[in-house]
Amino acid sequence: MPWTKVYSNKAEFEKALSDNKDLRGLAYKDALLEATSQMLESDETVFVIGEGIDDPGGVFGSTKGLHLKFGRERVMDSPLAENGITGVAVGAAVAGMRPILVHMRVDFIPLTIDQIVNHAAKWRYMFGGKVSVPVVIRSMIGRGWGSAAQHSQSLQSLFTNIPGLKVVMPATPYDAKGLLRASVYDGNPVVFIEHRWLYEHMGHVPAEPYTVPLGKAVTRRAGRDATIVAVSYMVYESMCAADILKNEGIDCEVIDFRTLKPLDMPHILESVSKTGRLVIADTGWKDTGIGSEIIARVVEDGFGVLKAPPERVNLPEAPTPASPALEKAYYPGKNEIAAAVRRVVKRG
Amino acid sequence: MLLDMYASMLRIRLFEEKIVDLYPEQEMKCPVHLCIGQEAIAAGVCLNLRKDDYVFSNHRGHGHALAKGSAMRPLMAEFYGKVTGCSRGKGGSMHIIDVENGILGTSAIVAGGIPMGVGAALASSIRKDGRVTVIFFGDGAYDEGALYESFNFASLKKLPVVFFCENNFYATNSHQSARQSACRISEAASAFDAHGVCIDGNDVIEVYKATQDSINRARKGGGPSLIEAKTYRWKGHVGPEADYEKGCRPKEELLYWMERCPVKVMRELLLSRSVATESELAGIATSVTDEIEDAVKFAKESEYPPLSDLLTDVYAPVKETL
Ligand SMILES: Cc1ncc(C[n+]2csc(CCOP(=O)(O)OP(=O)(O)O)c2C)c(N)n1
Ligand SMILES: [Mg+2]
Repeated sequence: MPWTKVYSNKAEFEKALSDNKDLRGLAYKDALLEATSQMLESDETVFVIGEGIDDPGGVFGSTKGLHLKFGRERVMDSPLAENGITGVAVGAAVAGMRPILVHMRVDFIPLTIDQIVNHAAKWRYMFGGKVSVPVVIRSMIGRGWGSAAQHSQSLQSLFTNIPGLKVVMPATPYDAKGLLRASVYDGNPVVFIEHRWLYEHMGHVPAEPYTVPLGKAVTRRAGRDATIVAVSYMVYESMCAADILKNEGIDCEVIDFRTLKPLDMPHILESVSKTGRLVIADTGWKDTGIGSEIIARVVEDGFGVLKAPPERVNLPEAPTPASPALEKAYYPGKNEIAAAVRRVVKRG
Repeated sequence: MLLDMYASMLRIRLFEEKIVDLYPEQEMKCPVHLCIGQEAIAAGVCLNLRKDDYVFSNHRGHGHALAKGSAMRPLMAEFYGKVTGCSRGKGGSMHIIDVENGILGTSAIVAGGIPMGVGAALASSIRKDGRVTVIFFGDGAYDEGALYESFNFASLKKLPVVFFCENNFYATNSHQSARQSACRISEAASAFDAHGVCIDGNDVIEVYKATQDSINRARKGGGPSLIEAKTYRWKGHVGPEADYEKGCRPKEELLYWMERCPVKVMRELLLSRSVATESELAGIATSVTDEIEDAVKFAKESEYPPLSDLLTDVYAPVKETL
């Protein structure tokens, strides 16, 4: 189906386009832009706020020109005050608005942890359900060109530990658009993490508004021998790994869980029950990362389904180095995923 | 002193211009935030400082380090990601360190260095070591809550610290007036019962004098000051190119400030007052150029860090306790 497909390059997508006239191609960043624009258009409670969202680049293209269309009252630049402005968005949400807050890099979210963790996540529960906090916090993972330790982190797992939050990481243009809309209308605080290396990826994106439900995984590729469970940019790397392994006679199933919280365990378990082998590819660190949670739940809910010990593909246990020599070694990709699958297959 | 000011500014200017030349080679694989146009601040401030005084800088920090006395070799090597770099290649251009010259590391999180600078001043005050800390930050960092929390504490404890705001009117492409209600940064000091002053950041003599006054206060236990110095960066927020073509800022603004180039103004002053001759100034330029060429050669010829460095330095070794 065109909306579940991951295209590994522009040429592949262009071929798909020429084969199927019903497909509409859009880059990930433009899908985000379109979703935002459509919500601003149809819903007066939606507004966008963030540092530099109205500048010529428009958050790497994802908010480009929105202030011209909807005015700076609804598409507003913000002072460099991450914690304060996050609280402002949280307060506006409690007061009936649907703010989309943008922090250009995940690394700036640590400044806002108080408002997200102590306030947004708890506000509904603490007051017996009298109010809710429909705020979406968009943020981007950067990578490469010596971005270094403070400009390249993948901090999603900080948030999966917190009841009251939802955590979403779209991997395709289709999901970027549909999940953003679903997040805005979810009615809960959603941490929505994008990956800069996906921004130019092309895919099928219908023109009309639609939602992709939170908490639902999707099978990107069916296979019998091993299950690769991946998220965000690692979905793409996993698809490439599956191609490599196919040539070696290993048939991988690739599952994109899309939402880290809530996690679609039935979908993952169904696949693992079939293959008996599990590799998890995440953009972040290993310790208490999302892979730890997935393995724990597979063992809790499906004790006995695994034929071999599972493996996790993560960043090494260190901050990001700047030097190109080290940076190259820092990021795992298709080869590391393929190697992990081979080891798992070998063990049982 | 005037000649020292000139030499320090020129050293920064030519170093940054060298980066502009080299960057297109794509061997310097890290973001660079150049301070061309703002040299009078780093130079004028740091000429007041002792070697052991602390400086906290930010993402736009090459000039601060050079003015504080850092050698060019470890800086350039760091930008090239080499093991001989000041941070062994792990930090890149936004994360400069030079412990011997009082730079304990540099944060690329806006305002991240401000509370840390106050912490260093607290350490000096507890130890009574007579050091002063200067914290450089931008008009963008002025938006951050961390500044106010830190300033209040510094003032409460009468810490020996100078908050130095380089107001170049922009945080990336966002103008000060789009982010701040008052746009009178130095006046914030009065809310904390501290000394505040607004100066011309392109006039190195004015920068020098204002800083001297604040540092004297700080060393005598008079507590913190806030200096706001108005200036302008000539290049885009990041990278070696100008940004007016991209519609980020008006070209007229850039031209206005280029007229007020701190290096050019000082050069004219030196010549008109006969403090130095053309050939003396040329001599300064030659020695700076030599230092730069040497640093570039050093950086290019240095090794990358070994792969084993990837997992080192995450934790300090645990000392056995007695
Ligand atoms: C907490 C945080 N928010 C946002 C950023 C992204 N960012 C990096 S530099 C910068 C602008 C800083 O402006 P200013 O403090 O005026 O310094 P200048 O670049 O003008 O020297 C921004 C927004 C960041 N690094 N850290
Ligand atoms: Mg600025």
